[in-house]
Amino acid sequence: MTIDTASAERAVAPAARAIEVIGGDLTEKSLRRYLEGIPGVDAVGLEQRAAALGTRSIKTTSKAWALDRIIELIDLTTLEGADTPGKVRSLVAKALVPDAADPTTPRVAAVCVYGDMVPHAVRALGSAHAAGGDTGIAVAAVATAFPSGRASLEVKLADTADAVRSGADEIDMVIDRGAFLSGRYGLVFDEIVAVKEACRREDGSYAHLKVILETGELNTYDNVRRASWLAILAGGDFIKTSTGKVSPAATLPVTLSMLEVVRDWHRLTGEKIGVKPAGGIRSSKDAIKHLVTVAETVGEEWLQPHLFRFGASSLLNDVLLQRQKLRTGAYSGPDYVTVD
Amino acid sequence: MSRLAIPKTYKLYIGGKFPRSESGRVYEVTTKEGAFVANAAKASRKDARDAVVAARAALSGWSGATGYNRGQVLYRIAELLEGRRAQFIDEIATTEGVTHAEAEAQVDEAIDRWVWYAGWADKYAQVAGSGNPVAGPYFNISVPEPTGVVAVVAPQAEGSLLGFVSAVAPALVAGNTVVVIASERYPLSAVSLSEVLATSDVPGGVINILTGSPAEIAPWLASHADVNALDLLGAGELDWVDLQIAAAETLKRVSPPENGPDAGAPRLERITAFTETKTVWHTKGLL
Repeated sequence: MTIDTASAERAVAPAARAIEVIGGDLTEKSLRRYLEGIPGVDAVGLEQRAAALGTRSIKTTSKAWALDRIIELIDLTTLEGADTPGKVRSLVAKALVPDAADPTTPRVAAVCVYGDMVPHAVRALGSAHAAGGDTGIAVAAVATAFPSGRASLEVKLADTADAVRSGADEIDMVIDRGAFLSGRYGLVFDEIVAVKEACRREDGSYAHLKVILETGELNTYDNVRRASWLAILAGGDFIKTSTGKVSPAATLPVTLSMLEVVRDWHRLTGEKIGVKPAGGIRSSKDAIKHLVTVAETVGEEWLQPHLFRFGASSLLNDVLLQRQKLRTGAYSGPDYVTVD
Repeated sequence: MSRLAIPKTYKLYIGGKFPRSESGRVYEVTTKEGAFVANAAKASRKDARDAVVAARAALSGWSGATGYNRGQVLYRIAELLEGRRAQFIDEIATTEGVTHAEAEAQVDEAIDRWVWYAGWADKYAQVAGSGNPVAGPYFNISVPEPTGVVAVVAPQAEGSLLGFVSAVAPALVAGNTVVVIASERYPLSAVSLSEVLATSDVPGGVINILTGSPAEIAPWLASHADVNALDLLGAGELDWVDLQIAAAETLKRVSPPENGPDAGAPRLERITAFTETKTVWHTKGLL
């Protein structure tokens, strides 16, 4: 594809990270040259590596630790058109007390809702709301015309600012896949920078920005790697696989390739970026495979809520069933967890 | 030129599929004299767990089907059994050490019993349910409904096909789904029956068949919180009181073992044992 010289020389938003890595004259062209200079992904090797990591057997005490840690890493999510304030309140109740029969069950990291539900989630959390602190449960809001991302920049920014004003601690934005796939990296870059700025609160602090790549629509691992770099360069705090509305969502190889970018970024700059696989992780077994992959790729210090999250709704129930099995020695059943 | 025989792999039947045991284990099935006949899969607790998941998933479809439809589906199984008579007779005669005529008699009785139970599918509710007289302007109706997922220990002695049918058919008639542990010593007819089931109209997961050691698997099913009832028909040789105690933890309905020649004899109580009676009140139209 050719791009006309005028737009190629167009300067993109001066994001600090990008200037540091690419250099001062940040244009569509230099960004493009940088991203396309990233070596491609060995797809077969990547899938084999992911499959090999998935064969680890995690038992007894390690399994108990892993199950509790999974719960602490979950963004408990409800993103349905039929969501109501009542549904959000019951989601929050579940986030606070995942298993009423076992008070030792840890709490989840965050609840993830649509922007208009943020006030309801904040109110329902009350004093348990993290609100920027290290303890408590955070409120994450999806913004920027989630899940398609098809709206004008003004609408996306208003969407984001509204959620932040309502008390959202974290913003999950979607990138413009259409622009990314047609090679207009600068556009995607500018949007992320603008949304990051819209995450700014009145007191000057920022809501955490998670950038959803929607890997199910990016088609190749090369694109996933490139989009991950793009999102990080533009200032994303987290890179997230999917919206959960497109299949395939979070697969292990995709998460692995994103983790590799995060590892490389850490080596390059010393900065730690978070990763959030979302959608399609329904069983404890899948989640444990992800934990193994994280520990083996970027290191165990990433297994903390500010660096790794699961975006999930039904995963929590499966983890609770597994915990009950470990506690009682007998298999549990869906009658012993909530119907969400 | 002599031909190399192709021996059959006897596998489990879970959720309409034929998996090997998750554990990879097999055990030898022998003739009465101890000669090798076949390897059968030796199911583990995880196979039992998977079977319960499959049975639970199949429950709403099977219990939601009309009694008439269930009767048709079950009758169709009897039709297919009839077509495979020779295979069942052969397997029973080989493993149980009975004559061809005795094996034939057993298969015929098993098919007849299956048909007998199939006929009850759209009739037992009329017999077990009732319209209750109440002092007020209400209809008061009691109807039996299926209990849910039933774990069954099939009879372990000779007469394996007949015992298997006697154990499984009554629970299915009411709309329950079953996880059944077949006879440990004589599992072949149960596995062959699963091949009949797979080609009939029974939805996958309605019947799940495990072969292996009942002493090993039954405790896991008895304590499983997602199993609603336990039929210990063939568990006489096991420590079945312990199974009852484990089942009580989650308030399961338990049917005790039966021994002797009349064990599992066909009767309506075998069907109603795994139903729950629901009573509804409904206002009468006041004219």
